[in-house]
Amino acid sequence: MELFIARLFDGLNNGATYAAVAVALVLIYKATTLINFAQGELALFGAFLTYGMAVGWGWPVVLSVIVAMILSAILAAGIERTLIRPFPPDAHLPIVIITLGLFLAMNALSGIIWGFDPLNLPSMFPAGDAFTFGIARLRWRTIGNLATVTGMLVFLNVVLKRSKIGLAFRAVSTNIESSRLVGIRVGPTLQFGWALAAAIGTLGANLIIPDLLLDPTVMLRVLIFSFAAATLGGLDSLGGALIAGLIVGLVRSLVVGYVGFIPNELSLATAVVLIMVVLLFKPDGLFGTARVERV
Amino acid sequence: MSTDPSSHHGSGRQVLLDVKALRASYGVVEVLRGIDFSVDQGEIAVILGANGAGKTTSLRAVCGMITTSGSVQLAGEEIIDRKTHEIVRRGVAHVPQGRGTFPDLSVADNMLAGAFIRDDDEIADDIARWYETFPVLGERREQPAGNLSGGEQQMLAVARALMSRPDLLLLDEPSLGLAPIVTEQLFETFAELNANEGVTMLIVEQNASLALGIAQHGYVLEAGEIVLSGTGEELSGDDSVRAAYLGY
Repeated sequence: MELFIARLFDGLNNGATYAAVAVALVLIYKATTLINFAQGELALFGAFLTYGMAVGWGWPVVLSVIVAMILSAILAAGIERTLIRPFPPDAHLPIVIITLGLFLAMNALSGIIWGFDPLNLPSMFPAGDAFTFGIARLRWRTIGNLATVTGMLVFLNVVLKRSKIGLAFRAVSTNIESSRLVGIRVGPTLQFGWALAAAIGTLGANLIIPDLLLDPTVMLRVLIFSFAAATLGGLDSLGGALIAGLIVGLVRSLVVGYVGFIPNELSLATAVVLIMVVLLFKPDGLFGTARVERV
Repeated sequence: MSTDPSSHHGSGRQVLLDVKALRASYGVVEVLRGIDFSVDQGEIAVILGANGAGKTTSLRAVCGMITTSGSVQLAGEEIIDRKTHEIVRRGVAHVPQGRGTFPDLSVADNMLAGAFIRDDDEIADDIARWYETFPVLGERREQPAGNLSGGEQQMLAVARALMSRPDLLLLDEPSLGLAPIVTEQLFETFAELNANEGVTMLIVEQNASLALGIAQHGYVLEAGEIVLSGTGEELSGDDSVRAAYLGY
């Protein structure tokens, strides 16, 4: 029982962080119907920036995270303007290839700037437990992660549903031609999506990496679970990404915990299997928009 | 009756849209071969033509959605090299062929998106007003536009376009795919909007009898060239128009 609860807490904690990066993937997917393969590496870069400010310069961690989010957003806006915008939004293949190139470039750049040795990234939340039950510990960090991801989603929802730029973003997500015809500037709207996604990705990386070690490969292990969460949630549903992120976190922690023959190293494979099963049997995921339109 | 497009315009009228020597191509295929047409302030003008004649291309050219050469003047100002979002801000609204809506957004959000270029505080009033004109939109305001029927989506596309308070409304085959009764109601609404609100309209259509019924002026487009122009009555009475588009 205690072990079960321990795994539950563990799964919720990881799930919240997968959800954060999944939300970033979903934002870009909504805008472009593409997966941005560089999303994780942009977040990695943001985590290194946080490290530089918090550890290198001794800034408060929360301040470092916020500044890193802003810097990531500016970087992503610049990437959108210079590498993505020259292509029409429906030129899917070139854009996907560019995001793959960005993935490699950002990864190498992080290694060149900050080295390949594992670093300890400080958490925004205090160490210690809020609650213990035998060996099961509910850490403050888990509570902080869950609260941050929930708060981020509420904030996103308000921005997308209540603001003019949010309306433009949703309009561009559903029909680019009609967006131009109501006077929306499509390029800057997509740029806003890239910036927002990068800031959220950086926040997500700052939630999960303190539980791991910061090195240029760390996001690879996170991203596959975030892909799984985004797919399960339906790829275009922000709330779906949160719930699916928690499910993926729980499944991973319980499957690896109880199914003895799956070693931890193979837990990545559970994510791949999940992605495949969802795409085969329920391609719209749990909360995705089923694309049925009347003509 | 003449093929000179400017002859039917009286001297005291103000030209809102003046298109001259407009050419457009898709790849090597020339779709518009230097056409002239104009729309007076406050009138309904119609461009008739069969499939592939270049009707849709003419409208897309006016609002900067394709690369063209020639001259497109809106209220005396050259707009041919302007981007679509700039042309929209100058008072042109376009209801494209098929779906001109945002299928994933609610009807209400579609209306708000239509008012994207506006900053005034009468947007909510305007939405309420178009819900009165198109009651079914008001009833289904919370539903995604993609769930509406074809006729309802066409109404939404028109209402969405009107939300920008345009000087010039471009309508691309509004009758396409709609039941005859729905089409008739839609054209009645166009005539009312023109008469009551003074909205200038340029309609491209294959349904000549309905379009000529409400239009003051018309053009016949064939294979990328204007072959005929005149008042609505003149065109309705023309033998070649009757044979080709009216079927009697």
